[in-house]
Amino acid sequence: MTYTKRFDGRKFDQLRPIEAKVGVVKRANGSAMFKIGDTIAIAAVYGPRKLYPSFLQEQQQAKLRCLYDMVSFSVTDRKRPGPSRRSTEISMVTEQALLPILDLSKYPGSVVDVFIYILQADAGTRCAGICAASMALADAGIPMKDLVVAISAGKIGGKICLDLNKEEEDHPEGATDIPIAILPREGKISLLQLDGNIKREELIEAINLVKKGSQEVYDIQKQALKQKYGGKK
Amino acid sequence: MKDYIKSLIEKDLRSDERKLLEWRKPIKVEIGVSKKAEGSAKVTIGETEVIAGIKMNVGEPYTDSPDKGVLITGAELLPLSSPDFNPGPPDQQTIELARVVDRGIRESGMIDTTKLCIKKGELVWTVFLDIYTINDAGNLIDASALAAVAALKNCVFPKLEKDKVKFGEFTKNKLPTKQEPITCTVYKIDNKFLIDPTTEEEKIADARLSIAIDEKGNINAMQKGGLIALTVEEIDEMIKIALDKIKELRKVLK
Amino acid sequence: MSRVLIKDREIVVPGEELIVGMDYLPAGAAFREKDKIIANSIGLANVGNRLIRVIPLSGKYVPKAGDTIIGQIADIGLSGWRVDIGWSFEANISMKDGSTDFIERGSDLTQYYNYGDYVVAKILKVVGPKIIDLTMKGPGLRKLNDGKIIKVNSSKVPRIIGKAGSMIHLIKEKTGCNIMVGQNGKVWISGKEPGNVILTIKAIRKIEELSHIQGLTDKIKEFLEGEKK
Repeated sequence: MTYTKRFDGRKFDQLRPIEAKVGVVKRANGSAMFKIGDTIAIAAVYGPRKLYPSFLQEQQQAKLRCLYDMVSFSVTDRKRPGPSRRSTEISMVTEQALLPILDLSKYPGSVVDVFIYILQADAGTRCAGICAASMALADAGIPMKDLVVAISAGKIGGKICLDLNKEEEDHPEGATDIPIAILPREGKISLLQLDGNIKREELIEAINLVKKGSQEVYDIQKQALKQKYGGKK
Repeated sequence: MKDYIKSLIEKDLRSDERKLLEWRKPIKVEIGVSKKAEGSAKVTIGETEVIAGIKMNVGEPYTDSPDKGVLITGAELLPLSSPDFNPGPPDQQTIELARVVDRGIRESGMIDTTKLCIKKGELVWTVFLDIYTINDAGNLIDASALAAVAALKNCVFPKLEKDKVKFGEFTKNKLPTKQEPITCTVYKIDNKFLIDPTTEEEKIADARLSIAIDEKGNINAMQKGGLIALTVEEIDEMIKIALDKIKELRKVLK
Repeated sequence: MSRVLIKDREIVVPGEELIVGMDYLPAGAAFREKDKIIANSIGLANVGNRLIRVIPLSGKYVPKAGDTIIGQIADIGLSGWRVDIGWSFEANISMKDGSTDFIERGSDLTQYYNYGDYVVAKILKVVGPKIIDLTMKGPGLRKLNDGKIIKVNSSKVPRIIGKAGSMIHLIKEKTGCNIMVGQNGKVWISGKEPGNVILTIKAIRKIEELSHIQGLTDKIKEFLEGEKK
């Protein structure tokens, strides 16, 4: 094990500091900001609303459409404006991460649009986006049976860690990056991606680390929602 | 309804109790809102929110200006910021916004592009300025122009090593800037002029005139929008209004 | 014996466990999952005798028969009008339901309601999400000619109207404005003095903000009296 102390001094199962706020885009039906370490994501929900063209409409329920992108200056090496292959893939997996908890049956033929933008990127951006989107959907009043929590786990120098930052992701000896989204009550996984080099037992360890860490995020998301709606702290 | 807003404006009133030539409150400028950018700023005018950020790189100059750096301004009216914006390539409104903001900065001489030259004819700095709307509650042009200027004012050079940029490492050298242009867009509804419209006021406006003005009171850029034609007297009046109203924005920028 | 996990009038969020046990029935934005009752929307929880109801604090209006709504004429066809009521699909007013007057075939329908006109209508029936039939025949149903239309969160409409209309009467009395609240979250306000219209809007926004507290009518009364000074 060549990674004995994390670059920023955190424990291996410790999350970076988190800030969450609901209702940050006034024109949207629902919106939220989620900040973890130096990664900042904002999400806005519009809908249910009319879906054009009509041949895309679904008969039994509303359609969910997610768009994830990064602002050009959110990263060290400028990202050219416009959808990239990476943002297209992330949009898709984000949609699949959020669908299991949504009840879209009341609005057949409509669309619920979720827009996620990364304003500052320091690893874990798709996870931050999903956390923000989850709060934004609740803020918009879309019926949902739970929130979604997403955190990345990873393997660096043989050690399994929770919530990698950019420095860790870029570790010279290589890091395995595992973004995971979890439905907190059921404990089921709705997003799972991996790139790196890992054994089966290590992967299960990583998933369990995320499960444990998700409670903290879940509490923060709930708090942020209650704060906007006047609930007690 | 359209008539309700017009009936108020006829009496010099607005639905948010402002005067016709009054900016919304608060007007906020925050610097350094995005840490990976060489420069960034967020501007809030009322509920309208816009962010601007700068990334810098080096490259070859244009052949017709071998000793000048390059400024490229882009904008995105994010679908996140309004139910009226759709994802996709930039439309006319988006491109107009980027070009109008760019014109004000370029023509005011805010950035002396000769100072961005590293090796004449071979290597110059390129400044990528990108503007993103976060919440559209009206008057995106003025908010975007202000955010762009604030971001440029607080922009630092990244580290340069052997003619290549070391991304992620910043120097303490600020981008040299002079003349700061401020834009004020004056709107005409029936026979009244107003500034800083809300979304519903924008939708019923007959015409608008965006005017970028530098610290000496010189007009650096103008753009007329809207379907109704203006008389010369009206244009003169609108310029007078802009000259006066930019003072408040300039104070916030300092 | 069921275990109640939250207090009455507590704000709950989606996924929040409200009750463990089989003795209660879920109502509103709550559902039963095995032995637990869970909230499925951000809302206000009301714990009753054997009922736990979650009143959603956010969410789009879903049209239902019997509701009085305010809509905008979006399209005019040969035999009726299409109305935007804030739903994903437009609602219909057929010629026969357009007016208490008899409308002859081939008449110019714009004489009754034109593009962009706002109307107060009642939902006759809802057949699936795409077919919503409205009528203009009934007391109070009419075209709105002047005034201002604002959008409110449709979940807050009951609070804006108040018990037996108590809240809306209070506002009308204190501001002297004519007010019409559509179940779909559109509110029409008309007043001689623009100041009164603005005051009405302020009061309504305050109700939206404080909709979860008790004694709201008194608070709004205090607010309106304070502003009038």
